[in-house]
Amino acid sequence: MRKINGRIMTVMLFSAAILFLAAITISGSIFSDEAMITDFSRKNLAPSLQYLFGTDWLGRDMFIRTLTGLSMSIKIGLLAAFASSIIALALGIISATMGKTADAIVTWIIDLVMGIPHILLLILISYAFGKGFKGVVIGVALTHWTSLARVIRSEVLQLKEATYIKAAQKLGVSKFEIAWKHMFPHLFSQFLVGLILMFPHAILHEASITFLGFGLSPEQPAIGIILSESMKYLAMGRWWLAVFPGLLLVGTVILFDVAGESLRKLLDPSSAHK
Amino acid sequence: MILLIIAVSVASFVLISVSPIDPLQANIGQAALGSMSAEQIEKLQAYWGVGTPAYQRFFSWAADFFRGDMGISLLYRQPVADVIKVKLANSLYLMTIAWLISGIIGFIMGIIAGINKGRFIDKAIKGYSLLIASTPAFWLALVLLMVFAVWLQILPIGLSVPIGVEASGVTFADKIQHAILPAVTLSITGISNITLHTREKMIEIMESDYVLFSRARGESTYNIIKNHGIRNVMLPAITLQFGSISEIFGGSVLVEQIFSYPGLGQAAVTAGLGSDVPLLLGITVISAVFVFGGNLIANILYGIIDPRIRRGGKLS
Repeated sequence: MRKINGRIMTVMLFSAAILFLAAITISGSIFSDEAMITDFSRKNLAPSLQYLFGTDWLGRDMFIRTLTGLSMSIKIGLLAAFASSIIALALGIISATMGKTADAIVTWIIDLVMGIPHILLLILISYAFGKGFKGVVIGVALTHWTSLARVIRSEVLQLKEATYIKAAQKLGVSKFEIAWKHMFPHLFSQFLVGLILMFPHAILHEASITFLGFGLSPEQPAIGIILSESMKYLAMGRWWLAVFPGLLLVGTVILFDVAGESLRKLLDPSSAHK
Repeated sequence: MILLIIAVSVASFVLISVSPIDPLQANIGQAALGSMSAEQIEKLQAYWGVGTPAYQRFFSWAADFFRGDMGISLLYRQPVADVIKVKLANSLYLMTIAWLISGIIGFIMGIIAGINKGRFIDKAIKGYSLLIASTPAFWLALVLLMVFAVWLQILPIGLSVPIGVEASGVTFADKIQHAILPAVTLSITGISNITLHTREKMIEIMESDYVLFSRARGESTYNIIKNHGIRNVMLPAITLQFGSISEIFGGSVLVEQIFSYPGLGQAAVTAGLGSDVPLLLGITVISAVFVFGGNLIANILYGIIDPRIRRGGKLS
């Protein structure tokens, strides 16, 4: 019997994770209307085969509500992480290539953003933009770029000193061509992995900030809202309202982590053939 | 560092002042606002500083701040310094406990996992850390709350002191009992980072030439860890732990909210939801001071523990 080699295993793991996440996102969007349906004939039901996650005090099906909430969180996470990684890319490259002053300024901004605890900064930013959807996306985008920007900065600084880049310069290759042909392929994998590994953080922070009441409005079935509502019903023994949505959230975050890590393994030349 | 703190205060002030949220609406509500006379509304607007331009407010706030006066909290109707002092004392001992516990346990677990690389215990510790890293702190807090306070009913469900007892009647044991759940939650979430980091470093060290050499000389595993392992792992671990103050702060915001623990984090949330600008600013600046202070201490400690850096510092 042939053993499946590690690389194929990783590819399979990666695709499975992505597929599953896509399934959550899409099914959540499809069921978004159903998540709002209230039916008082079935309120406060414990989990059963018909209602996997039980129902809440308005008779809403928690399974569908959780799916919708998660797909909302994933979408926000994707949007915010994407914006954030663009900021990281731009600032990282600027600080590495535009001379000492630019470098000092960017490093200083990074220190500044890292100096305020993430949650507090998120509260401030989402407050500044009037809470709601916009506040969350901008808040998460503005707080998550720092570490990726550092990685890109040091990566570009190293590349500038690399022999093959120096050789290309001596051969008279234009700056643009060096950047596109020699630097970009090297940076891209780092960037992509950094981007994917940013998703779980973005989702977690989106959930936290919504949970605290600075994020999405209470009418939307976001995962943070579901959990903060469930808090009121904990003392009455409605444990399913908190446990299952939370578990699914943890699962989603882990899946993103798995996807990012396996992509890193695939793209990183030193472990690509293990 | 002082420059950074000034920048933090300016940045947070700008963020607050561009906010479209009307403090009157947020606190009094549309209905009550409608039934008030224009005179009353004007008075309230002056109280919440609606009419004054932002830069003017900032300079008067900053000038007072340097004199040690952080203004008066609009919600608590007490000087911000007093509010923060009380809340900080509550939070601080919660955070210190969590910080120490997570640091020590994380460090030990990292070392154990590192020297047993690939064995069952390593896999268990690594799996645990990865799982916790993906778990939101507030959900963990909810689950713990449910298990210990609602089902088993052995620990209180919230607050930092028992309800209905006078301040003088609160015993130390009461305080401890109320701090257990939040502190445990914070510790559990704080552990994973330091564990994973220590584990990586430990693996690196165990594969190094000098460990191989001391093995060949016949040193026991315990001695190798004591003499070669811990010393080298200590440095990055300490830096990381001091750098993680920001995360513990963030975690405490969520955890305090869930356990209704009257700490700094809860005050920040209340201030944010209620548009209490002076309080929110005060908390932001104070927490930034702690974070920067932590980084500074990490740098200094680095020099004390590692003589190479100390000497290097003197030369330059």
